[in-house]
Amino acid sequence: MTQSNIMPGFRPALAYTLFYLCLVVLIPLSTLVFKSLQLSWTDYLEIISNTRVVSSFRVSFGTSLIAALVAGLFGFVIAWVLVRYPFPGKRFLDALIDLPFALPTAVAGVILATIFQPSGLLGKWLMSSFGVQVAYKPLGIVVALIFIGIPFVVRTVEPVLQEFDTTMEEAASSLGATRLQVFTQVIFPNIFPALLTGVSLAFARGVGEYGSVIFIAGNLPYVSEIVPLLIITKLEQYQYAGATAIALTMLLVSFLLLLIVNLLQLWARRRSGQI
Amino acid sequence: MHANVHVIGDATGQANFKALHDPFWVRWGLVGVAVGFIVLFLCVPLGLVLYQAFSKGWQAYWTALAQPDAIAAMQLTLVVALITVPLNTVFGVAAAWAITRFEFWGKSLLTTLIDLPFSVSPVISGLIFVLMFGAQGWFGQWFSVHDIKVIFAVPGIVLATIFITFPFVARELIPLMQEMGSEEEEAALSLGASGWKTFFLVTLPNIKWALLYGVLLCNARAMGEFGAVSVVSGHIRGVTNTLPLHVEVSYNDYDVIGAFSSASILAGLAIVTLVLKSFLEWKQARA
Repeated sequence: MTQSNIMPGFRPALAYTLFYLCLVVLIPLSTLVFKSLQLSWTDYLEIISNTRVVSSFRVSFGTSLIAALVAGLFGFVIAWVLVRYPFPGKRFLDALIDLPFALPTAVAGVILATIFQPSGLLGKWLMSSFGVQVAYKPLGIVVALIFIGIPFVVRTVEPVLQEFDTTMEEAASSLGATRLQVFTQVIFPNIFPALLTGVSLAFARGVGEYGSVIFIAGNLPYVSEIVPLLIITKLEQYQYAGATAIALTMLLVSFLLLLIVNLLQLWARRRSGQI
Repeated sequence: MHANVHVIGDATGQANFKALHDPFWVRWGLVGVAVGFIVLFLCVPLGLVLYQAFSKGWQAYWTALAQPDAIAAMQLTLVVALITVPLNTVFGVAAAWAITRFEFWGKSLLTTLIDLPFSVSPVISGLIFVLMFGAQGWFGQWFSVHDIKVIFAVPGIVLATIFITFPFVARELIPLMQEMGSEEEEAALSLGASGWKTFFLVTLPNIKWALLYGVLLCNARAMGEFGAVSVVSGHIRGVTNTLPLHVEVSYNDYDVIGAFSSASILAGLAIVTLVLKSFLEWKQARA
């Protein structure tokens, strides 16, 4: 309060903020911790090491990782094209990037399932041309998560590319670098931390995603059953303890991975001289 | 001598140009990949919603939307948004005021905690309210004695939606108000304006576009939330189905027209959101 003594409303604003935060977010979230404390360590391990649970973790984290990497690749190309090249219809396409943010996930889910099912618009073509079935397979989960992940990558890379200092490119080229060298040694290292952020955001979102996935996944236990669906299945069987243990594990693993990504990012920034 | 200088200048000039611009084929190749991806992944799905919704004609479309269950779902979705959005808007403004206008201990922790709901899976967001208010939950006994239903009823849906959309307004306002600084407000206050007057006449006009932007995103998510609501709703037709849940139930019943007619309303909402978003970004950039 040293900075501006004359500003009014500190106490009521902060009090209301804390009250509402506790009531709506912190107290509800704490139930997850208290409920799992009721479990003994052996019970917890038994729930978590169940093969169906382990398979669902493998499916969720595996498909999210692949989808985040693919979204990273295409998101980077899209951000690059939107920032660097003028072409007709660019502003319209730029606005459309946010569609996966704005479109309710259930709608995205039923649409993607309809397109990629074996009799669907793209599903039929992929089946007859390449013999690949997307819907009701793990590949379907990947497709849905790419859809969900793409705006995270584009919207984190875009502003960094926009603010990128082109004099660095000029300096490199006047020292005799080729275009490929300028890209791989000057531009990319500077964009990489942002790309990593985008990919990790897409990954984190993908792990927890439910609505857009369940329609296209097939939801076969051990094969295409994701963790969020398993939590719901446990809840429907009134296995509250099981649902809680799985949920808490998923949250902790996600936080741990985000922590690792943050450290990686720090390292990448240091290396490219941004800190 | 002259000619020599000229040649050197020309050569370096060309080298410069080549290293600063992408070759023609790279340029158009990348544009092709980007446009192809956006069309395939974003335009085709939007078109498909309408195609499926109208695949049996206007008549079937309207009949599906006029079903009592569909109308009840739309009403519930509106009610949930009408409760959720104002509550989170008031919170967002209060939080942004406290965080950007004052220094206090634990400020960055508070900012992190506000973003917390974004990093929690929607399904877990629903689960925590079942753990609190469900039959075996903390307050479950008390509520069932007093015959108040939270889970598998409208209050649970509202609570889960509030949790999910909690950060939207605060997160738009905090960076903007931080950047704005408080000089204008301090000037108004030192000239004798009251706190509320300063807020409504000085702060609000400065933040209105960002505030509307936050409200818009909050509303879109409140109306479209699926995972969290799906856990607490119980899917009771005509009673606890929001519009996204109605899409799910209809789709699982192989009622294509029913699912996609409701989906077309939600897709329309998404398009309106995107258009308004572009407009607000443009306004914000000019303000």
